Amino acid sequence: MAVNAGDTAWILASAALVMLMTPGVALFYGGMVRRKNVLSTIMMSFACLGLVGLLWVLYGYSLSFGADNGGFIGGLNFAGLMGVGQEPSSVYASTVPHLAFMIFQAMFAVITIALITGAVVERVKFSALLIFSALWLTVVYCPVAHWVWGDGGWLASLGALDFAGGAVVHINAGVSALALVLLLGKRRGFPGEAMEPNNIPMVVLGAGLLWFGWFGFNAGSSLASDGLAASAFVATNTAAAAAAFTWMIVSWFHRRPTVLGTVTGAVAGLVAITPAAGFVPPLAAIPIGMAAAIICYYSMVLLKTKLGFDDSLDVFAVHGMGGIWGALATGIFASLAVNSAGADGLIYGGGITLLKQMAGIAAVGAYAFVVTWVLGKLVDITMGLRVGQREETVGLDISQHGERAYGGLLR
Amino acid sequence: MKKIEAIIREERLDAVKKALEENSYFGMTVSEVSGRGKQKGIPLQWRVGEYRVDLLPKLKIELVVLDEDVPAAIDAIVRNARTGETGDGKIFVLPVENVVRVRTGDRDENAI
Repeated sequence: MAVNAGDTAWILASAALVMLMTPGVALFYGGMVRRKNVLSTIMMSFACLGLVGLLWVLYGYSLSFGADNGGFIGGLNFAGLMGVGQEPSSVYASTVPHLAFMIFQAMFAVITIALITGAVVERVKFSALLIFSALWLTVVYCPVAHWVWGDGGWLASLGALDFAGGAVVHINAGVSALALVLLLGKRRGFPGEAMEPNNIPMVVLGAGLLWFGWFGFNAGSSLASDGLAASAFVATNTAAAAAAFTWMIVSWFHRRPTVLGTVTGAVAGLVAITPAAGFVPPLAAIPIGMAAAIICYYSMVLLKTKLGFDDSLDVFAVHGMGGIWGALATGIFASLAVNSAGADGLIYGGGITLLKQMAGIAAVGAYAFVVTWVLGKLVDITMGLRVGQREETVGLDISQHGERAYGGLLR
Repeated sequence: MKKIEAIIREERLDAVKKALEENSYFGMTVSEVSGRGKQKGIPLQWRVGEYRVDLLPKLKIELVVLDEDVPAAIDAIVRNARTGETGDGKIFVLPVENVVRVRTGDRDENAI
């Protein structure tokens, strides 16, 4: 098929929108840590733009979207962008240049790794995190992206639905974050010492950029400038609104309507609508978003307060649990009337869709957990995942990067 | 000569400053400090749960006055910094050995 100007414009704009989400995550996370770790936290996300941006064009895209090998992983036929040019691909996004589809997908890989870092901030060794990230992209992200979105991927063939990355991005990142937390252990002083966020306005700015960028993430995943993109756009905004509002009320119920909670709610809603955005009617985003806020809120209570896991910035509670709920919700609310390439969910008589979603959750969750644990262990044995006690106490900004966020006495 | 160090509530600074100025004590140094006392702290919320901040922000005013001026200065501070609730602060009075005005080299009483 020929290149369509409208579709191409929208996909390129969407790629740029999704790119902006990674600095968004950097600020979102950066504001939540203690003052001595704000730069290191920002760097963990921003460095992904460099690292993954390179690896993706060299071989990451190919392992994800190259010629299928047993439904498990792509081949190396697109390595170094070989054969990825200005003409559309024969199988993906047939109305936009193959290069546009490739770079749109690149941004998803970048942000997925950035999301994971929220679990390990304030104690992970930067060099070890970089090595881990390169390994994780290769051995976890690329195969899982291939399963779900690759031509011939086994979950795609099974009929598991994932519009914009509920499984590939969020369950994948959330579960991997949990595995790393178990390997790495708690921050020194957790949970006894109060670890106060250094800059909540920065968190709000980051959440705002995420919400904005998410329109590219979800509506862009229509891969065309069409009605489905508009439907996904409205579903995305509605879910974020419902979840932000619900989280605010839940927080109020427990004491006060906090700003940190409300913006976290928005992100939880955006996570949950991600797999569903282009398969469900826009109004289904209301129950999806509301439930996301409640599920993620009480997951945080359970994991952090009751079980004592130091998933520092709640990556599993928001992305893991939000992603799992989103995948299930897709199996409940999906409708062929919205997207003929999708399926009917449980409420439209398609109970089998829900079962397929569960299979997808189990497969991605189990694979991500086990392989991440092995990779993390490997890095830990060879170079050590964690900084030394003194480096942690001084803070990672100075010990890892030789910088500090807020300058000295002279103004 | 005595140095008066007064820890007060942030929102009482303007009133205290004005009262001191009316008693012709113009010079002072003010800094932001954190501290704790009978007020015990305040609860703040995370995303979930809450935590107690027991070091609360206060302001510290430092001024040096002649011995005979100490009661009037303390009175001006107390009258204007007091709300009657815990957390109103404390005043410390310390002896001062020497004072030097950097610009002129003036000493002691001439430098206050």
